Amino acid sequence: MSAEGVDLKKRRFLTTATSAVAGVGAVFVAVPFLGSWAPSAKARAAGAPAEADISKLEPGQKLTVKWRGKPVWVVRRTEQNLADLSKLTDQLTDPNSEMDQQPEYCKNEHRSRKPEYLVAEGVCTHLGCSPTYRPEMAPADLGADWVGGFFCPCHGSRFDLAARVYSGVPAPKNLSVPPYYFMTESLILIGEDGGAA
Amino acid sequence: MSFMNWLDERYPATQVWKEHLAEYYAPKNFNFWYFFGSLAMLVLVNQILTGVWLAMSYKPDAELAFGSVEFIMRDVEWGWLIRYMHSTGASAFFIVIYLHMFRGLMYGSYRGPRELLWIIGVIIYVVMMATAFMGYLLPWGQMSFWGAQVIVNLFSAVPFVGEELGIFIRGDFVISDATLNRFFSLHFLLPFVLAALVFVHIVALHKVGSNNPDGIEIKKNKDENGIPRDGIPFHPYYSVKDTVGVVGFLILFSAVLFFAPEMGGYFIEHPNFEPANPLKTPDHIAPVWYFTPFYAILRAVPSMMGSAFPGVVAMGAAIVMFFLLPWLDKSPVKSMRYKGPIQRIALGIFVVVFCILGVLGVMPSTGPLTLLAQVCTVLYFAYFLLMPWYSKIDSHKPVPERLT
Repeated sequence: MSAEGVDLKKRRFLTTATSAVAGVGAVFVAVPFLGSWAPSAKARAAGAPAEADISKLEPGQKLTVKWRGKPVWVVRRTEQNLADLSKLTDQLTDPNSEMDQQPEYCKNEHRSRKPEYLVAEGVCTHLGCSPTYRPEMAPADLGADWVGGFFCPCHGSRFDLAARVYSGVPAPKNLSVPPYYFMTESLILIGEDGGAA
Repeated sequence: MSFMNWLDERYPATQVWKEHLAEYYAPKNFNFWYFFGSLAMLVLVNQILTGVWLAMSYKPDAELAFGSVEFIMRDVEWGWLIRYMHSTGASAFFIVIYLHMFRGLMYGSYRGPRELLWIIGVIIYVVMMATAFMGYLLPWGQMSFWGAQVIVNLFSAVPFVGEELGIFIRGDFVISDATLNRFFSLHFLLPFVLAALVFVHIVALHKVGSNNPDGIEIKKNKDENGIPRDGIPFHPYYSVKDTVGVVGFLILFSAVLFFAPEMGGYFIEHPNFEPANPLKTPDHIAPVWYFTPFYAILRAVPSMMGSAFPGVVAMGAAIVMFFLLPWLDKSPVKSMRYKGPIQRIALGIFVVVFCILGVLGVMPSTGPLTLLAQVCTVLYFAYFLLMPWYSKIDSHKPVPERLT
């Protein structure tokens, strides 16, 4: 092949143009491959609300229901627990629930609709472990100041009985409070607001 | 011989044999530390072979996975052996690779002209970690589930896009059947990517030639035929030597395989004999031992400004350091044999710190231990980041012309 009469400029342009079109094609082909990693329609539809029957829940007890694959706790707090909440303010990262971790109607000191019942997602805001319910006072491993709360076994984060995070632990935020409402005196529906906020 | 002629005209069989084995000249002074490259390849073959066999009986389904592993252990003929070869092989792979990396640190094998060889090696290490992590989810035990939960949430801690990224990786809002199924698929794919990377690693090695315990370039001193005076053909000299290494390794490997396949809960953790329960985290969770140094670094860094991201960054940076190593070492000599006391002590401290972090990573994070982890994290980074300084001011011995 002789190089005579070859328009190198044109050849370079055609080479570049072909490569560019191929590149665009590769990007488009990537769309379905990457897109198929997104949650399927089935996974997206699995967010149905969950019911929690609290008729047998005694003060100091906790029950766990599964909502969207996550543990949601319902804790019936004692009078003492509620009294302790206000004493902890200066040890907490976000005592007044300023961060968007709860519905508007739970933005109060006890972080719940009814002071007695705490509803919270049992998923640590650090790396997603499920903290352990430690209602006892001053156990040996948690120190003499412990007034009951939740302790994350994975990385040692601590939360009080309103699921508010203590400062100086790995978890950056209070535990999330899901939307919920009382269908009856003894039945909570988790995942819906019941219209009213 | 006529068949070989026929073949060689169509495929460079003899040429490849000569270039990479019979006439590949490696330094004559390879010692104990040079066993681990070939052993790593042996373990990779073991992992692929046993893994493919396990996949014949395993079910990547959240309902069936745990049961299918127990089925392999109890009902499949020889299933227990193949499964334990795979699980023990995973830990053996990391032991061998850590020793292989230590060899590189000790003899300066990351120094020019081997920077790219080293970087390809670090990429292999990262892909290995990804493969091992995905593989650990497959038995769908408690530790599988919660380990994956924590590691995937590392990505969720990335500011702004983290939440979406976590959902993208899981294929769901939580670790679920979708996650298990895709991890199985990727865990099957990645070993072949590893095999390809190992090929590239060896191509790069044979381009620049092997380093050696003296850190001397044997190519600088060649005889009249262009053969390095201090080189010997890889085959038969090192192929035979490596066979001895294989025998020694297999003795130790079999001892673990047959007498302590769970290694007291370090190779297979105890909570993993309980099926995954998304509602309950085990009281104490820790990754498998080979991740624990990095896990300890993750836990040592506190959350800042309402985000767990700094810990994740520190953990990532701990691995990135290895990529930078070729440009951090300013010493005029490669091998620890000729480096001065400062660099020897620095490497010693680094190894001790790495081991301490590994131990801390399996222990609960409490007051004094967290402080120790923080001190070790600082020392870990100091080893790398201060290297441009201490490697320059350190003394060194004269390097001989020829191998010793």
